[in-house]
Amino acid sequence: MLCTLAKPTGGWARVAGHDVLGEPTQVRRCIGLVFQDTTLDGDLTAEENLRLHAELYGVPRQEVNVRLKRVMDMVELWDRRRSQVKTFSGGMKRRLEIARGLLHSPQVLFLDEPTVGLDPQTRSHIWGYLNELKRQEAITTFLTTHYMEEAEYCDRIAIIDHGQIVVTGTPQELKDSVGKDRVTLRTENDEQAKQALLERFELEAVSGSEGLTVHVAQAEEFIPKLVGGLGVAVRSVEMARPTLDDVFMTYTGRTIRDAEAGAGESMRAWVQMARRRR
Amino acid sequence: MASASVIGVRTAGGSINDDLRGVWIVWKRELTRFGRARLRIVTAVVQPVLYLFVLGSGLAPVIPGQGGNFDFRTFMFPGVLAMTVLFTSVFSAISIVWDREFGFLREMLVAPVSRWALVLGKCLGGASVATAQGIILLLMAGLVHIPYSPGLLLTLVGEMALLSFALTAFGIVLASRMAQLEAFQVVMQFLVMPMFFLSGAIFPLSALPAWLGALTEIDPVSYAVDPMRKAVFANLDVPPNLVRTFNPGISWGSWQLPIGVELGIVAILGAIMLGWAIRNFSKTD
Repeated sequence: MLCTLAKPTGGWARVAGHDVLGEPTQVRRCIGLVFQDTTLDGDLTAEENLRLHAELYGVPRQEVNVRLKRVMDMVELWDRRRSQVKTFSGGMKRRLEIARGLLHSPQVLFLDEPTVGLDPQTRSHIWGYLNELKRQEAITTFLTTHYMEEAEYCDRIAIIDHGQIVVTGTPQELKDSVGKDRVTLRTENDEQAKQALLERFELEAVSGSEGLTVHVAQAEEFIPKLVGGLGVAVRSVEMARPTLDDVFMTYTGRTIRDAEAGAGESMRAWVQMARRRR
Repeated sequence: MASASVIGVRTAGGSINDDLRGVWIVWKRELTRFGRARLRIVTAVVQPVLYLFVLGSGLAPVIPGQGGNFDFRTFMFPGVLAMTVLFTSVFSAISIVWDREFGFLREMLVAPVSRWALVLGKCLGGASVATAQGIILLLMAGLVHIPYSPGLLLTLVGEMALLSFALTAFGIVLASRMAQLEAFQVVMQFLVMPMFFLSGAIFPLSALPAWLGALTEIDPVSYAVDPMRKAVFANLDVPPNLVRTFNPGISWGSWQLPIGVELGIVAILGAIMLGWAIRNFSKTD
């Protein structure tokens, strides 16, 4: 809908200041799109695919060569610009599509599951480019993903369940909202430590086979204070924070895997990354 | 409500210049792909050559009324040119279905370019490719006793261009309605082959049974084959009785259609198809 590919059933939206219903052409000019499936012409070379895109998006002629080199350098495909796209691997095609999405200097880049079906090395490459992009360009990146660990890189996340945004926030806010961090510590004397935790930090510790466990809001700030102020020698500290998987489960009541299996009930689990930098 | 303040966008699109760039690049893509598909070019030459030199040479001895520098293959030649144009045009247009299958169509449809520009570019591209393919075959004219006169060659190229434009537009209409590649075979068998056989490309339209004559008059391709054949005959020295048999022209009742009307019919049908194709593609997302 935000890409003007589907008509909204209600409401309104603006992308980069343009109404998606009233000014679809302007919206399309301001956004870059990377679809989940490849939309390249395999018979054309990488460079020809990008030049075609530049013409379709009306990139000023004198800028085309500069932009072309820049985006292809970014995804490290400049050396392969004269190869036909059908000779490319899946990862290379995805990289080329990201380059193409950026060719016309969009203000918003939409990526639909940019790393799905790629090997871990390529995935980390793609995230490298996206993070680079975030640092260097004044661009908002909007992406969907099923990989919760990828959502960690995002500035803002929205979880969508049954077509409704159920929660939005930064990764930290979301994690904080579902629960506290868990700190497990082993000490010289657990009984004494338990007492000290209650008296000095007002924390109720639970002892178990792994040691003492407490729940705190900001574990990384708590641990130095704990070690310094406990009065009992600490042998080891282990902390675990709620993951975005936990966040997802809390808000949708199921894991992504279940959601996918239940696709029939039109459930989609989306996470969005948005970053605005001027 | 947020104000519509726009951050550093250059003048937004929708101008005629942007659309013309769209037409140009879609056209250029067709030619680039054509130039790269050597095997396709060769294949598209082989079929007409088989018709001309195998079927034509096989039938020539049993067909009466040949002689001098006229034989059955000379008669067939303009028909075979039309056949090349027919198959190449429809194939080029239907490549849209491949584009849809491989996702590339989406790249074009989401671009900020008017749909008419995309369809027109595709249509001009397919027409250029089909005409080029026809020209390759036209180089063989001398082998069937047709003189390489500049006037004749130019006329034939022009007529092939018109026919290929109309047929590509027709193919795009088909492609816009076609969801899967499998439908391609159906289109070839039920539409393209009958259009080819009924056009008088490989047999003369004189002395046909009434039902068959009626069908040939419905086939739009007939109205392009006939002018091409007339152009060829005008450059040959053929006795009048052979002309009556092999180049009878098309008549509606007792009205013998002039070349201008025949080409006008092709052009009008082409324009209608183009409009229809644009309409269909303007509705899809």
